[in-house]
Amino acid sequence: MNQLIQYTLHLADNALIMGHRNSEWCGHGPALEQDIALSNISLDLLGQARNFYQYAASLINQSSPSQEATEDTLAYLRDAHEFYNCLLTELPNGDWAQTILKQFFFSTYQYHLYQQLQQHSDEQLKAIAAKALKEVTYHVRWSSEWVIRLGDGTEESKRRMLQAIDQVWMFTGELTDASDYEKKMRIDFDLLQQQWNTTVTKIFEEASLPLPVKSNWHQAGGKKGIHTEHLGFILAEMQFLQRAYPNSQW
Amino acid sequence: MVTQAVANIKDKIIAILSTVTDPEIPVLSVMDLGVIRDVQVGINNDAVSIHITITPTYTGCPALDVMKMSIRMALLQEGYNNIVLTETLSPAWTTDWISEAGKEKLKAYGIAPPNIKQLVCTPDAFQAEEAVQCPHCNSYHTRLISQFGSTACKALYQCEDCKEPFDYFKCH
Repeated sequence: MNQLIQYTLHLADNALIMGHRNSEWCGHGPALEQDIALSNISLDLLGQARNFYQYAASLINQSSPSQEATEDTLAYLRDAHEFYNCLLTELPNGDWAQTILKQFFFSTYQYHLYQQLQQHSDEQLKAIAAKALKEVTYHVRWSSEWVIRLGDGTEESKRRMLQAIDQVWMFTGELTDASDYEKKMRIDFDLLQQQWNTTVTKIFEEASLPLPVKSNWHQAGGKKGIHTEHLGFILAEMQFLQRAYPNSQW
Repeated sequence: MVTQAVANIKDKIIAILSTVTDPEIPVLSVMDLGVIRDVQVGINNDAVSIHITITPTYTGCPALDVMKMSIRMALLQEGYNNIVLTETLSPAWTTDWISEAGKEKLKAYGIAPPNIKQLVCTPDAFQAEEAVQCPHCNSYHTRLISQFGSTACKALYQCEDCKEPFDYFKCH
């Protein structure tokens, strides 16, 4: 598979899996407005995923016309080892603090990445990123405010945030650790990591949350198709209908 | 002759497009929304072909598919059956493309129209809120309830004077 296809799938899978996880909150949010906010973020991410999958499908069909790939075959008919999303996106939602923290880490990453991508030499990646960036800006703002609200809130909300940091932090290193195909995409990963750190440090300070000590070790594998057991369960639910009733539409 | 005929047909197409509305905000036509980026008319041996380029508003907004279908239906009804609809993402749609007439219609419908796109579209937490005018009593004494509302394009506000909650078409 060529690197542009793999990279486009990686971007699509990140958005799809994160969006799918968020959609699990639909109807279960702690307050109606926040339930709606997370569902809206899901919808934005699903829109990004569709754009990236459509582009990946056109690239795949150009290189091997017999494949007849579509956005739907890419989302519904690939197995876990063919997904290239970061592990962070497939982690269970946990409580509200864990959901918020995952979203904040992920949106901050998307925000700085898309700023680079909107200058990219690939016209389509550039167009998708420039458009999505407008929405991601709202995601960063919303999740930052919640990190501050919980971190600098009550004893209980702070305890939950500290717990969430313990559970999620080890998965953040993978975001800016470039895989082989990402290295070919002319993205400045040092800059990306630096910007991500700056934003996270700033918000954690405002939230009076301790920034974990930087370590050289982190969980990784998702970008290469090696996943936690959680992804299999997500796909089992998401792909069930297409697997059980091939080509059905509704 | 042909140029004149093409211009006449193009006017008719734009008039038809002005009757096709957003399924979620039925007072706005696709022309008001600024999503129609190009209309090309071709005439070949009296056969008329139409090529329309459309751009999505919010990335995940499901209204786009409905709008494309409605455009097709409206044109078919008027006898245009050779239609090509293409989607373009670049340049990215912005609320600044909503026409002035469109903004008036939004307000009359009870949705506060988007302010001119400005510095408030930044990721900074707890930034000063932009002054949004209540579409019911025109007061600027309003407050943000949630940055996310009933559809992808709206935020939820409440007027501190008349107490009515209302939707704000947020800047994009």
